[in-house]
Formats: sequence, structure tokens, C-alpha cells
Amino acid sequence: MGWFTKKQAPAASVEQPKQDIWTQCPACKAHVSKEEWDKTFKVCPRCNFHERITARERVDLLIDPKTFTELYPKIKPSDPLGFVDGKGRYADKIEEARQKTGMNESVLTGYGRMNRIKVALAVMDFRFLGGSLAGSTGEKILLTSTYALKHRLPYIIVSASGGARMHEGIISLMQMAKTCAGIARLQEANIPFISILTDPTTGGVSASFAMVGDIHIAEPGALIGFAGRRVIEETIKQKLPDDFQKAEYLLDHGFIDLIVRRDQMKNTIASLLKYYRR
Amino acid sequence: MNLEFEKAITELDEKIAALPTQDRTPAQAADFEKLQKARETGLKELYSTLTPWQTVQVARHPERPLIQDFIAGLFSEFIELHGDRLFGDDHAIVGGFATLDAWRVMVIGHQKGRGIDDNLKFNFGMARPEGYRKAMRLMHMAEKFRVPVVCFIDTPGAYPGADAEERGQAEAIARNLMEMSALKTPIIVVVTGEGGSGGALGIGVGDVLLMLSNAVYSVISPEGCASILWRDGTKAPEAATALKITAQALLKLKVVDEIIAEPVGGAHRDPQTAIATLRKSLIRNLDRLTHTSTGKLLNRRFEKYARIGSY
Ligand SMILES: [Zn+2]
Repeated sequence: MGWFTKKQAPAASVEQPKQDIWTQCPACKAHVSKEEWDKTFKVCPRCNFHERITARERVDLLIDPKTFTELYPKIKPSDPLGFVDGKGRYADKIEEARQKTGMNESVLTGYGRMNRIKVALAVMDFRFLGGSLAGSTGEKILLTSTYALKHRLPYIIVSASGGARMHEGIISLMQMAKTCAGIARLQEANIPFISILTDPTTGGVSASFAMVGDIHIAEPGALIGFAGRRVIEETIKQKLPDDFQKAEYLLDHGFIDLIVRRDQMKNTIASLLKYYRR
Repeated sequence: MNLEFEKAITELDEKIAALPTQDRTPAQAADFEKLQKARETGLKELYSTLTPWQTVQVARHPERPLIQDFIAGLFSEFIELHGDRLFGDDHAIVGGFATLDAWRVMVIGHQKGRGIDDNLKFNFGMARPEGYRKAMRLMHMAEKFRVPVVCFIDTPGAYPGADAEERGQAEAIARNLMEMSALKTPIIVVVTGEGGSGGALGIGVGDVLLMLSNAVYSVISPEGCASILWRDGTKAPEAATALKITAQALLKLKVVDEIIAEPVGGAHRDPQTAIATLRKSLIRNLDRLTHTSTGKLLNRRFEKYARIGSY
């Protein structure tokens, strides 16, 4: 592609707009108009590939227009260990992620309405350091579950995370327990918790709140699992099948209730919530 | 067996071994005294300034006391209970009723082995979902029988195998975290060796977290962290320092509540003393926690975790 762009550069003013209206599906390589790609919330109309979307896009997808109120937007990472690795300071990585995403942490939290049903919501954003679970991520997820408890709202968490954020060491590990303690309180108060697992939901996030929902809904093809594929292959000295740790594999093995296409997600959740009598 | 960083001690050991064991001349006897003393101070100095990476070596020492040793040394009775009632019996986690002085408890812990056969049997202390589910079954039983739970942590991590994934490793650990956070009986957790990530935490949520002074507890192994963040597995010593995984560091971060001081040179050099120190702490904590109302206990447990990572 490099040579093509270069060659075209001088005449760009004419050619550029035409190029811009097309995008290519990363999975099946089909050319899809950008308009259609956006209309389907980044799902390929040809092969059903679900591209990762941002937390804001997810809120637009799930929550009725103009009903979303963000909670705890100012909570941000604190670098509890003063962590520095071979490539630099964690503090700098945080800053970079904030610039890139316009978010203060890897999760966006708040409340709003889904087909008019009021819900509390936490949505992870994979762009922010791989959606990793850090102290302040856990803090926002717990505070939102406490909000759900106080107002007796169903709690929806959309996961998209590679797992614990190792730059925060033990603090990040403990967020697994902390977030689950919040879910336990909802459980005790009979408040529904629906976990939406999107690509990817792995490591410490899969082994905490994402897997203790009353209902687990995954997007098609989402990678969901505890240990990484490479680690497993090294351990068992075998190649794993392609569908291993995919949403469909988890459905087969009994760990997912439903696999739902992105465009059906909001209606499906709202339909399920109708069965909840406060 | 001495570790690599204990070279000076190994040299002294060799000199001591070269002396005759009996009928020593007065000069040899004096040498013996001097060498013994040098060894003692050497060990003391070495162990008071262990680097985090050296501490990892001690925590993984092949002669370090295992749960089998703690059970034998602490409890006058132990009745092992098997199986998760769903799939099988995971030998990487052991559990059952046990008696500690006047206390009846449910003890649960990771089980490593000594030697290759033993370790294969116990899968090097790396549990599968059925291990975590057995642990949870026993904890619910403890709740019903109204006995406290004591958990011993010593694992490199949860088993990263295809079968473990297939049977829901993530779900098994997640469920334990949620249910332990609300279990209506006291839970004391002791990190005795390696606290390996989610595999450790899966039986590690409780009211009080004790840690032996040379144990380590980490979100990822130093080797794993080095290969990801440094892109170089040999940088494990640097990663061990950066991750803050020692008992002292974790006490400062307010994750660990109490450090169980090991004898000079590590628990493997004198397991009986280490076990005796742990016994005292267990009894003190059992006494305190069983005199706390369940409501208060659960609120404090919730707050303990809510505080971590709240600034
Ligand atoms: Zn496609």
C-alpha cells in the first residue's frame, strides 16, 4: 500500500475523497463503505466480524439518546508503585493513553436508560492500555455497583480487557476481589448483573466480575479466556484449534448464556430486563 | 541445598565439612567455632538485605516447608476431604477439617510436591477449576459448620492448560472471589511461598492476610512480566523489584496485614521455628475474628478490599 499512497499523493485532492468512503474488513478483506460500517456499529455485513469499538460508541449503541450521565469521570490512575520498566515510566504511558482516548481510565461508568429501563453501566475501552484492570478501574466499577445497589438499578458491565494492569502490581490483582465483592452485594440484594463479554475478555477480568453475571452475553467471535493461547500451547506442547477461547467455544462449554450480534444487543438486554420485577 | 546467591555460605559449609567431626585438635575446635560464627553472621546479613529476586529464589526453594509440613506441624488432627462433586478431585489443592489447639478450622491450600513424581501428582501446585470448586465447596461447608477457614497460598499460578480453560478456569476463580467476599465465617489467608496471581487469589480473599517474611505475592511472575514489559525474560530481577512483591513492600501497600518472621536463613533452614511463629499468629487472629459479629466481619472484609486502589 505504501507505494500506492505515495504515487497518488500529488493528485490527492481529487482521489482522496473517493478513497475515504471505503474501509476494509480486517477479517474477510471485503470493501465496505464507511457509511455502512458505521451504521452497523463496525460489524462487517459480509462476514459478521465485530470490530472493537470505543466505550463512547458502546454507550451510543446501548443507551437511549441523551439519557446517559457519566459517573466518576475524574478518577484516574495513580501509579501506586512508581513503576518503571524497560521502555519507560508507567506515568508516561498513562498520559499517552489519556491523550489517545480522551478518557481518564480504561472504563467509562454512569447510568442511563435502555429502551427506557434505567440501568447502571460500566464500559471498558480496550484502547486505554489494553482495557487493563487497574486500581482506579476497579474503583470505578465498584463505585458504580454501589450506585446500582443504592438506587436498585440493574448493573451492566461491558468488558473489553487483556486483564490486570501489571504496572500496578498487587493493587491491580486485588481489584479482581474488590469488584467481585461489589457484585456479591448486588447478588444479596437481588439486583441483576448482566455481563457483556466483548473481544477480548481475558486474564484477570475474565476471572473476576466478567464471569459472575446472572446472565453472560458475548459478541460473536470474541476472545474470552483466562490463560493466553501462547502460554497454553507452551504448557501442553500442542497447537490449539482456531475456535479455542472464542465466544462460540464458551457457549458450547456452558459458560455463556447467549451470543448476540451487536445490532441486537440493546434490545436483547432490554428484553431480558423486562423479566426482572423490582 | 544452598542457593546461588549464598556462595559465601557454601564456602564456609565446605570449610566446616573439611574439619574432622570428632577428636578435633584445640586449633581445629577453635576454627570450627570461628567458622560457625562467621556462617551465622553471614546468613543474618545476607537475609537482612535480600533483593526481591533473591527472595523469589527463597520462596521457591525446593526444601521450603509445604502445606503438608504446615498441616503436620500445626494441627493435632487433619481429616482430608476430596472432590468438587462436579468433575473430580484436584490434588493441587488440599482441604479438610483440622484442629489447632482448641480451634476447629477448615484448612485449604495449594499443594506442591518434593521431587518430580510428587510434583507431577500435585501439578506443581497449579490448580484446575475442580480444585477451586473443591475449595469453595469446603468453604461453604465451613460456613455451615460454623468453623473459620484458614487458607495456605503457595502456587506459581492457576494451571494454564487447555482442559482447565475448557472447564472454566476463569469462572471457577471468579466465583470464589465473589463468594469468599461474602462467606459468613472468618477467613485467614497465609501466603507461605509463592503467591502466583489469580491462581493464588482464587483461594485468597479473607479477613486477614498473613505473609511469611520470605514469601512473594505478585500479579504476574517476574519472568512473565520481564518478557512482556522488557521483552527480555532475563530481566526478571528488574521486574521483581519493580512489581513490589515482597512481604515488606506489600505491608507498606497495605495489602498484607501481618508478616510472619522466618528464622535466620529462611523457613527451609528451620521449619519448626517458622511453624511455631505462624501458630502464634493464627491463634491470635482466630481469637480476634471469632469474637467479631458476622455483620461486622463482612463489612470490614468488604472495606478492606474497597480501600485497595482507592485514592
Ligand atoms: Zn468481513
